[in-house]
Amino acid sequence: MTGADAAKAAALLFAVAIVQVSLLSAVSVGGGRPDLLLVTLVAVALLRGSVFGAVGGFLGGLVVDVATLETLGLTSLVLTVGGYWIGRYGETTGRDRSHAPYVSVAVVTVLYAVGAMLLHFLLGEEVSARLVLVQSLVPTIAFNLILTAPVYWLVKKLLRPVDWTDRAREVRLLG
Amino acid sequence: MATTRNRTSRLVVLGQSVRRPAASTLTSRSGSALRRRIVLWALVVLSLALITVSFRESSSGPLHAIQNNAASALRPIEVATERVVMPFRDAWSWFDDLFDARSEAERLRRENQELRQKYVAAQAAQEENAALEELLDYQRGPEFPNGYRAVNTRVASRPMQGQHVVVAAGANQGIRKDDAVVTADGLVGKVTRIAPNVAQVTLLTDPTSAVAAKNLRQGAYGLIRHGAGGGTVLFFDLVTKDEVVGEEDIVITAGTQEGERPSLYPAGIPIGKVTSVGRTDTDVFMQIQVDPFVDFGSLEAVAVLVPKGRGR
Repeated sequence: MTGADAAKAAALLFAVAIVQVSLLSAVSVGGGRPDLLLVTLVAVALLRGSVFGAVGGFLGGLVVDVATLETLGLTSLVLTVGGYWIGRYGETTGRDRSHAPYVSVAVVTVLYAVGAMLLHFLLGEEVSARLVLVQSLVPTIAFNLILTAPVYWLVKKLLRPVDWTDRAREVRLLG
Repeated sequence: MATTRNRTSRLVVLGQSVRRPAASTLTSRSGSALRRRIVLWALVVLSLALITVSFRESSSGPLHAIQNNAASALRPIEVATERVVMPFRDAWSWFDDLFDARSEAERLRRENQELRQKYVAAQAAQEENAALEELLDYQRGPEFPNGYRAVNTRVASRPMQGQHVVVAAGANQGIRKDDAVVTADGLVGKVTRIAPNVAQVTLLTDPTSAVAAKNLRQGAYGLIRHGAGGGTVLFFDLVTKDEVVGEEDIVITAGTQEGERPSLYPAGIPIGKVTSVGRTDTDVFMQIQVDPFVDFGSLEAVAVLVPKGRGR
């Protein structure tokens, strides 16, 4: 992983965050909204690991919070934890699995919705669990899963995958 | 053991003295894990600090000012992005609007249909209610025939042809064949068929109907019949030319008694108003046309007159 990788990932997440707030936030079908930033973050985290995932989530979330004049740090916190967790999954269990991006996107979409809802609730804002968890969650997951394949492919082209197995071979020899 | 063999052969192939990088790898991995955790916790703490400060400070606070400035700085980029993606957004909006418009049109069509049905039902109920209220007033009024009680009922159906209606009350309600049927306006007809819970009423406008009637003003007796032609005009027949009958005279049931049999219709029920009176030299009787008070085309509710002594 190089500085160029970091720059590319940062630029990508920044651009995606801008597209998310300026374009995709207005797209709604069946109560669901595609979350391109979340899908891109999952792809970056799976390909570059937990640190990239955490930092990328924080910065992407910060851009969203700034652009939407939300409470600063709210989206950052959820995306930081989500990016880190998916990054760890990519570094360990999900490294060779073709279904990892889809599983990650589906799970993180749910966790993101629940986490954001809880944070809003803790801040005393009115949130509707029915709206978030029943009406919009399923279509949002469907939207994000549709985006997963092309986004993952594009991110993979942009950021060359890291061979996580290098260190693992040594572990086998030692075992 | 397989593991041991593999390890040995590996060492042999490699020609031995390969230093196991165990210590350095472990150090490196634990260092990496530590760095990961530090980054994670630093970002989490930073996020929580941002949330706390952003949430607690006033809208004119420094963090809000930074956020506002940053948002302003991002705005041109957002605008540029919007312009770049505008064609895609417009295309999406077009499809979305089309989809919404179609589903909205379908929803409105269904709603319109439901409302129309409800409106029709409400209108019918309102008319029926008004007609029943009128019947009730009539029943309580002085014009209501003595010795009778009213079985108020609604008109259940009208055959496509014939001067009949079917009412929603029958033998179970004490109604019998030949009972008179009225509304608050006047005489409607009589019951000609009876079933447990419905009855057929033959209207005055049926060619077979005939009612003994009299002129209210002068007391000229005659028979109300329906003419051979269509329409609702009745004829006050069998009134001799020496009687005095004029236009606008009101005709009511006579309630005459023939021998032991009383009239089917109680006396004093309004039938209609004389609209024309004609005399010819060749005819013994006058030709008197009567416009019935009852609008036979819009009957909603009627009252069947049942003698008070009759049980159910």
